[in-house]
Amino acid sequence: MTEAPTSSPTVVIGVLALQGAYEAHARTLRELGAEPRLVRTPDQLEGLDGLIMPGGESTTMLKFLERNGFFDLLKSFVQETPTFGTCAGAILLATDVENPPQRSLGVLPMTVERNAYGRQIDSAILESQTELPGGPLEMVFIRAPRIRSTGPEVETLASRDGSPTLVRYGHLMAATFHPELSGDTRVHQFFLETVRRHKQAQATRDSA
Amino acid sequence: MADTTSGIAQNGHPRVDFNSSSLRLKLGLAEMLKGGVIMDVMNVEQARIAEEAGAISVMALERVPAMIRAEGGVARMASPKLIKQIMDAVTIPVMAKARIGHFAEAQVLQEIGVDFIDESEVLTPADETHHIDKHAFKTPFVCGARNLGEALRRISEGAAMIRTKGEPGTGDVVHAVMHMRTMRREIQALTVLSEDELYHAAKTHQAPYELVRMVAKAGKLPVPNFSAGGIATPADAALMMQLGAETVFVGSGIFMKERATPLDVENNSVEREEAVSRARAIVLATTHYNDPRILAEASEAVTGSMKGLAAAAIEEQHLMQTRGW
Repeated sequence: MTEAPTSSPTVVIGVLALQGAYEAHARTLRELGAEPRLVRTPDQLEGLDGLIMPGGESTTMLKFLERNGFFDLLKSFVQETPTFGTCAGAILLATDVENPPQRSLGVLPMTVERNAYGRQIDSAILESQTELPGGPLEMVFIRAPRIRSTGPEVETLASRDGSPTLVRYGHLMAATFHPELSGDTRVHQFFLETVRRHKQAQATRDSA
Repeated sequence: MADTTSGIAQNGHPRVDFNSSSLRLKLGLAEMLKGGVIMDVMNVEQARIAEEAGAISVMALERVPAMIRAEGGVARMASPKLIKQIMDAVTIPVMAKARIGHFAEAQVLQEIGVDFIDESEVLTPADETHHIDKHAFKTPFVCGARNLGEALRRISEGAAMIRTKGEPGTGDVVHAVMHMRTMRREIQALTVLSEDELYHAAKTHQAPYELVRMVAKAGKLPVPNFSAGGIATPADAALMMQLGAETVFVGSGIFMKERATPLDVENNSVEREEAVSRARAIVLATTHYNDPRILAEASEAVTGSMKGLAAAAIEEQHLMQTRGW
């Protein structure tokens, strides 16, 4: 497991709060000793160590991103800063979106199919072994997308019937399920480790 | 098929079990709908406009409340054919309404795969005593409430989301405000009671003790609390969000022109543009409810608004909010 959150320096994590499960993410982050900050406008991306883009409706979020240059600013932000997208957030990070095709930040090499498992009646809670330490992980799928394929450098950390459900690509992470709806905080801890490593590396680079 | 005959807790487990997969999945979808706008739509074109404007979900129905109010007659579940057309036209979740107590309509809605069922006072009630046993369904339910007791009775029956009722089809926000304020006040009052006073509080609210206790501890409902009924402008939406609504339902406010006449979004480009401007502005105002600068921008962007009907002018027996028990 990871070191206790209290012994680590506090990191400030933005949670994209245009719509969706942003409160649930903020709650989990607070539990883990990180400082969540809700992001609704482009200027609020300033001073963040990392960002979570939550689940909700990606079509709705895109409408807001298309205002006031938010899209381009967010794109440069996620190219530099650790970002974790869950469900709709994962769709926004992907290079390719299907069913139907839609605009995305295009930073994480993967093809994502929206609503791939069906409607709400097909939503499910599953448990399976993952690359994370600490035994099986509960995965809550709500009208979930499916990652159909990933680029060669994308690491798969968990999967469902052969399709990746949790992936990492450098400082970017994406999940098609909702770790913020489970009591298990390992996925968020894993992301916070990425954020801390990235912050440290940056500090070292800056002081050099 | 839903088993609506099993009214008794099985194996001694509580029926409202917040740890059950079934309720967690229902609440999970409700969580995804937070901070957005759910729009009433009557046809495919309106559904497309709603999605294009940034609605998080649409409510498929044959007549919006303003038309039901003006035209009268028995208001029932929409035709499955219409609901399916709308489901095929948009990628966002689709909700549909069943009459209060009409579990067979709810079975139909679950069967065709709607994402959320609204057991709604907007339709003519089918049962004057009983609401639908919502635990018997896999599809989540939203129900209306005017106060805490009504909300907790619906949650005890299995609702995964509450919307304060307001007065539908009016474009007058006054009752939406009253119901949200009542809910807040009654919740707050519970939080200062001692353990032994909660039994009496449960009696006063006519609500299950365990749920009353849960609210007293958490200071909020155990399910998301959305707002509906009379929200017609961007500022109305922001008002309800600031009063504690977690999402807003907008019914007649977007697609209605006169009381019983919808904007013609299919053939009239000016009227279509008006609907689009209202829909976009309300979405913008709901997310940025705490930012007066963006609210002003949203309010300015709207062309025209629903004419509306003062809720105070409606006679008691014509109110929709008093349906449901």
